Amino acid sequence: MSGHHVAPKGMYYAVFLALIVGTILTVVVARYDLGPFNNIVMLTVACTKALLVVLFFMHVRWSSRLTWVVASSGFVWLLIMFGLTMADYMSRGWVTGTLR
Amino acid sequence: MRDRGAEHFPGPLHQPPVVANVDAIQPHEHVEHPHHPKLQHHFDDMAQQTEASTLGMWVFLVTEVMFFGGLFLAYLVYRHADPMGFQEASNHLNVKWGAVNTIVLIVSSLTMAFAVRAAQTSAPPKVQVGWIVATMILGSAFLGVKVIEYADKFEHNLVPGPNFVWEGKYPAGAEMFYSLYFCMTGLHAVHMIVGLGIMTVIGIMAGRGQFDEEYYTPVEVSGLYWHFVDIVWIFLFPLLYLIGYHYANH
Repeated sequence: MSGHHVAPKGMYYAVFLALIVGTILTVVVARYDLGPFNNIVMLTVACTKALLVVLFFMHVRWSSRLTWVVASSGFVWLLIMFGLTMADYMSRGWVTGTLR
Repeated sequence: MRDRGAEHFPGPLHQPPVVANVDAIQPHEHVEHPHHPKLQHHFDDMAQQTEASTLGMWVFLVTEVMFFGGLFLAYLVYRHADPMGFQEASNHLNVKWGAVNTIVLIVSSLTMAFAVRAAQTSAPPKVQVGWIVATMILGSAFLGVKVIEYADKFEHNLVPGPNFVWEGKYPAGAEMFYSLYFCMTGLHAVHMIVGLGIMTVIGIMAGRGQFDEEYYTPVEVSGLYWHFVDIVWIFLFPLLYLIGYHYANH
């Protein structure tokens, strides 16, 4: 009646397996010094895992458009907060006399 | 002056309806389908009620994202200020315990997803409670590992404050790292404890057979919270435990 979506058990196992593989991958990669790529790989894996949890475990994949907008708004505001703050910290000292 | 209200009542008030056969009408019979006992009167149907609850939970989770976001921002700023200090400090965290806890939380998310699915498919209360209890056991295991790790930090004077001792090259950066470590994992642990409380209530409700395919919103919404706490850990684990891991190999 309520029109909800019941995902098959196999899908949950597949997502779970992907999360485990991601965890192993991120630990293995962290053992090697790849310079800036350590952070890039680590954050890409973490974001992918988070996206899998949000889309499948948290059912956003089958939710209304309104839920999509609300769920993504949190991450958009987070990125704005990070972006604007780091734009300040990273650019200090670029112009003579502006440091601190 | 005409009475404006009268326009809405084309016929005389307090007059019984004109029908051919009065006996054909049974006044108290429900013609429309009976509504679910859990349906609140201000919702049209169960689907709308579920949608409203889920959306409300997502709005709360957005505030939670910003709540943790402040700490992640502090991490970003101070790691940018002293990247080497953070890597050196991170190297002293136990990657094995961190990885074990990551796996434990991922499994708990799976059992949580199955708890929601059990309610969605009207599984017997025993099955629903089983998945919820499994989730709670895994959550408790996570906190147990956290206790071991915290105790180890206290033992090795790695708790920021007057007793903080750092023998590496970057004591200031290391102390800042451990301050953030305790704040971020501490706030996360508080969320886990709250989650266990929620699961206790949901487990009792499920045991009483309150959830079925028509009404499972409390399980679904609690599941959203549990998965969110899992997501926070998905980011905490690499950012805290793994940034200095390659030093362990040299």
